[in-house]
Amino acid sequence: MNKDFKLKTALCAIGLATLGSAGFADSGDTLASVKERGEVLCGVHPARHGFAAPNSKGHWDGFEVDYCHAIAAAVFGDADKVRFVALSSQQRFPAIQSGEVDVLVRNVTATLGRDTALGLNFAPPIFYTGTGFLVHADSGVKTVEDLDGATICVAPGSTTERNVAQIFATRGMDYTPVVIENNKQLVDAYVTGRCDALTKDKAALPGVRAYDTENPAEHVLLPGIFSKEPLAAAVRQGDDQWYDLVKWVTYATFNAEELGVTSENAGDMKSSDNVDIQSLLGVTGDYGSKLGVSEDWAYNVITQVGNYAEIYARHFGPGSPVELDRDLNTLWVDGGLLYGFPIK
Amino acid sequence: MTHIDGSDQRGAKPRQTLSTLLYSKSFRTAVTQVVMAAVVIFIGLFLYQNVVENLRAQNIATGFGFLEQTSQFDIGEKMITYSARDSYGRAFVVGLLNTLSVSAAGIFLATLIGFTVGISRISSNWLLSKVATGYVEIVRNIPVILQVIFWSVLLRNLPNARNAVEVYGVGFLTNRGLTFAVPATHPIHSTMGIALVAGIVLAILGSIWARRHRESTGTYVNMLWPSIGLVIGLPVLAWLFGGAPTAISYPVQKGFNFQGGVTISPEFTALLIGIALYASGFIAEIVRAGLQATPKGQIEAARSMGFRPWFVTRYVVLPQALRVIVPPLTSQYVSLIKNSSIAVVVGYPDLVNIGNTVMNQTGQAVEAIAVMMLVYLTISLITSTFMNFYNRLVAIKER
Repeated sequence: MNKDFKLKTALCAIGLATLGSAGFADSGDTLASVKERGEVLCGVHPARHGFAAPNSKGHWDGFEVDYCHAIAAAVFGDADKVRFVALSSQQRFPAIQSGEVDVLVRNVTATLGRDTALGLNFAPPIFYTGTGFLVHADSGVKTVEDLDGATICVAPGSTTERNVAQIFATRGMDYTPVVIENNKQLVDAYVTGRCDALTKDKAALPGVRAYDTENPAEHVLLPGIFSKEPLAAAVRQGDDQWYDLVKWVTYATFNAEELGVTSENAGDMKSSDNVDIQSLLGVTGDYGSKLGVSEDWAYNVITQVGNYAEIYARHFGPGSPVELDRDLNTLWVDGGLLYGFPIK
Repeated sequence: MTHIDGSDQRGAKPRQTLSTLLYSKSFRTAVTQVVMAAVVIFIGLFLYQNVVENLRAQNIATGFGFLEQTSQFDIGEKMITYSARDSYGRAFVVGLLNTLSVSAAGIFLATLIGFTVGISRISSNWLLSKVATGYVEIVRNIPVILQVIFWSVLLRNLPNARNAVEVYGVGFLTNRGLTFAVPATHPIHSTMGIALVAGIVLAILGSIWARRHRESTGTYVNMLWPSIGLVIGLPVLAWLFGGAPTAISYPVQKGFNFQGGVTISPEFTALLIGIALYASGFIAEIVRAGLQATPKGQIEAARSMGFRPWFVTRYVVLPQALRVIVPPLTSQYVSLIKNSSIAVVVGYPDLVNIGNTVMNQTGQAVEAIAVMMLVYLTISLITSTFMNFYNRLVAIKER
């Protein structure tokens, strides 16, 4: 009896301790907690070549990875103060909602539903793409209209899963989806011929072809883009300071390209007479302290990571395994969609 | 409950005081139980409240209203009509039916293989028993998820549709699955289904009558052939009555896939083989243990009385073995149903696979998980209830 009583007391104590510690998840000051922790927790794709994937040295490498570095450079002046958290398409939203990561730069398409029902805020898109199809070259499929009745491999929980339903429905065509979460298994199902086509964001498909197929020449990308997929960094709603920082780091990379500031010449550019360049590099104004970081925040981003053109060229430029035309991802002055709000 | 009843009875005595009540063991037990239950409920409510408040604070949508919204995604395998224009709720039902079909097929296959291997293990044939032992050790000791992936990779590397392997002129084996000819859809098929069910019910009623007859008169009536006649004969009669339609739907390669016939997808097959073989290893051991639980003396005694071997098995060994077999078999069935959620890995659209997609499209993780948990709990409880009912049928009856 006595022993039993002790056990129950212990259980009660555990119960009370749980109550004490459960509390409410902190939705407030992300920037302060990032600074206190000493690193940015950045949610990235586990293996999307060009965007985010571990390289041969075991370091994270890719376009989106560089945006994580850019945020760290703005906060700490040190681009390496990032911890990467690889997230599947299913894990990504709970991870950002629960505070497991500070920012999600993981091929997330900005949509109204996610902005509202998921409690997210989207920074300006860093990459504009759309649904694409990869097919076997010997199948004779030339356009998406040839895919009537085909079996399509698609990842679950993606906007692509909905797009493919819409693309086939609007054309009055049938298809059978094969939905596999694990990317390796998904690509393998396509490569072995279980599926006639693999559908993903068009920007992701060259990486699949280059890295995941034995003979890249046996696979072709269908022409055309079949949906709007603005890929953007996502943060939790309700923390405007952190949202502002992520947003302006993005704009800084656009503006740096527009103003001709590169990682090479940023030091010399500090003595430029152009007031836009001076504001960007923290020579005039107190824009850094307005964001809650040091005045040379953008200077650190540009010198340590680069402007948009440099980041793009590093991962998708000529000579890279995943070569992609800049297409819509050019500055507004060149007819593209990248339009950095003025730092004023 | 009995404790509380006890204290009530004592409470009826006239000389009951507060102190005797406090020192009454049954009263204290009751109070402790009530307090513990209250604490558990309180913690549960607190956690629920915490989740709701947090979701609201983070502006994340809550509630089950999403179940009625249009899903906007397609599902590859479905037993009821479903399109991207249907609701999330219907998508869940499609997933549930897929889970049930793979589980039912899995339970059937696992039981069949499990009993065969279990009986082989105690066979006097050295080779047979060693092969059975080896089989059990292999399928039991490899994680079920690896087995499912193994079968999935194996099936994926079958020839593609253009180099299909023809199976005896009635089907094709490809990495898109097994496609085979089936009788073309005819209205008489549903009548035949009803006739089959009626045949099974009549056969069961017949065997009950035969047992009563034997117990009251001592005359043994063999119901084996009449039963088979009822189960097979009634559907055949229905078929003849319907004009004996013989049209067959043959699979023909057209476009990307086969048209006509029926296709069993490689995802379904891989998952089915994986979970069924895994469970069959455990079932084989349960069956072996059950069969060995019957004392050898009883079997020898029955034989010495001149009973035929199958009679000994049916009336001496099995009734005792089933008592040992059924309870652990129930937990194997329940765990097989739960193992079917591995479908996510190979891409079979079961409840969890579709639940994951719903969760991601709506962002309502808590609700989607709650739906999935509730459904699995219900399926498992129904399975246990049914098996417990069966267990009572075979258990020792005190007369």
